[in-house]
Amino acid sequence: MTQTINLTLKVWRQGGPGVKGRLDTYHAENISTDMSFLEMLDVVNESLTLDGKEPIAFDYDCREGICGQCGAVVNGRAHGPEKGTTLCQLHMRHFSNGDILVIEPFRARAFRVVKDLVVDRSPLDRIIQAGGYISVNAGGAPDANAAPVPQETAELAMDAAACIGCGACVASCPNASAMLFVGAKVSHLTLLPQGKPEAARRALSMVDTMDTLGFGNCSNERECEAECPKEISITNIARLNREFMKAGFFSNAR
Amino acid sequence: MNWLVKTFSSSIGKKLMMAVTGLCFIGFLMVHLAGNLTVTAGGEVFNAYAAKLHSLGAPLLVMEFVLLALAVVHVITGLYLFYRNVMARPQRYAVNRNAGGRTLGSATMPYTGVVILAFLVIHLTNFTFVDKTGTTIFQIVSNAFQNPVTVLFYTLVMVVVALHVSHGLWSALQTIGANHPKYMPVVMAASLIFAVVVGIGFGFLPIYFSLIA
Repeated sequence: MTQTINLTLKVWRQGGPGVKGRLDTYHAENISTDMSFLEMLDVVNESLTLDGKEPIAFDYDCREGICGQCGAVVNGRAHGPEKGTTLCQLHMRHFSNGDILVIEPFRARAFRVVKDLVVDRSPLDRIIQAGGYISVNAGGAPDANAAPVPQETAELAMDAAACIGCGACVASCPNASAMLFVGAKVSHLTLLPQGKPEAARRALSMVDTMDTLGFGNCSNERECEAECPKEISITNIARLNREFMKAGFFSNAR
Repeated sequence: MNWLVKTFSSSIGKKLMMAVTGLCFIGFLMVHLAGNLTVTAGGEVFNAYAAKLHSLGAPLLVMEFVLLALAVVHVITGLYLFYRNVMARPQRYAVNRNAGGRTLGSATMPYTGVVILAFLVIHLTNFTFVDKTGTTIFQIVSNAFQNPVTVLFYTLVMVVVALHVSHGLWSALQTIGANHPKYMPVVMAASLIFAVVVGIGFGFLPIYFSLIA
C-alpha cells in the first residue's frame, strides 16, 4: 500500500545569475513516500507547468547517486538530512506529512547561481585542470602488477576517488572551503605510484587555483565530512596539508 | 625567497601559521598554569617563583617579545581568515543546520579569540604593567581579586579560553597534517581534557585568591 504525504516547500527562485532571488512557497500534495526527492520536484514542476508557471530549475543527471550533478540544501543540510546520500537517492519516506522544507541552492562565492537551484560548479573543474591528472605516454596497456600497490594503499586511494565532485563539501562548509574536494583529488592520485612524479607540482597548483577562485579557508569544522554523500574522510585534508608542506618547503617545484 | 612568501600566503600556509602559533600558546598556557598553581603551596612560594622568573633577565625579555610576535601573527592572520571566510559566502543560507561536525568551540573560534585578546590587554594592565615597588605580586593579585566582579570576569573568560583551546589543539594538529587513524581519537580526547584542565585550572585561581586573601 503506497503512502502519500503533503508537504510545504519554500524554494529559492532566481531568474538568472546576479538577479535578486527569493523563497517562494509551493504545496507538494499526494507525494508517494517511494519517490525520490527529485521525483517529488518533478511532480511539483508538472503542476507548475500545467498552471502555465515557470518550473523550478534544478540539476540532475544519473539519478543513481554516482554522477555528482544533483544537489541542493534542504532545511540547512546539503543533499538533505540523510547521511551518505545524494539528493537523488534521498527518498520521501524520510519526511513526514505536513513537513515544511526550505530548498536552497549550494551557496558559495565560487558557485554562481545559474537559475533557481542550479549553480555553476565549473570552479571545481578548473581545480582539476590545474593538476588533478597524471601525465603518461599513451601506448599499450601495461602489464598487470607492473607497478605494485599494497592493497591497503589501493583502498585508501579508492576511498578518496569515490568523490563525485558534487560540491556538497563547499555548500556545507561554514567557510565555503573546497578543501575536502581538493584533499580527495590530491590523495587519490598521490597515494598511487602513477601519481607520485607530479605530486609536488599538483599540490601547489591545485591549492593555488582553489585560493584564486574565491573558496574560503578550512577551519576544521568537519561539516564537509558529515555531509559528503560519499563519506570522504578529513584525513584526506590532513594528507593534502602534508603534501602541500612537502611541496612548498622541500621540493623543487614552484 | 618568493616561494616562501607564496607558500605562507596560500590558504594552507595561513592555516599553518595559525596552527604553529596556536601550539606555542598551548605550551605557554601549560607553563603559565603550572607557575600560577605554585600559589597553592603558599604566597611565599608564589612570590619566590615570580622572583626567580624575573631574575632570568634578558632571556625572559626575549621570550616575551617572541610571545608578542606570535600573538601579532595569530591575531592578524586569524582576523584576515575570518574576513575572507565571511566573504566566501556573500549570500547566506535562510536555514542553517549543523550536520554534526561543528562544535560550540569550533563555531565560536573568531569570537572567543577576540574576547581573549581583549582580556589579554586587561590582564597585562592589571598584573604586568603595574608599579611593583614596596609590594609583592601575591599582594597585587590578592588585592585585585578582592573585587567579586574581577573574580567573576576572570573565571568567565577562562571558560572562553577553554572553548577556544577545545577546538584549537586538535585542529592545529590536523592542520600540520598530524592525522592518524590510530591516534586521532586520543588527540580529540586530549584536546577536550586539556580544555577542561585549562578552564578549571585557571578558573579556580581567582576564586582561590579571593578565598585565601
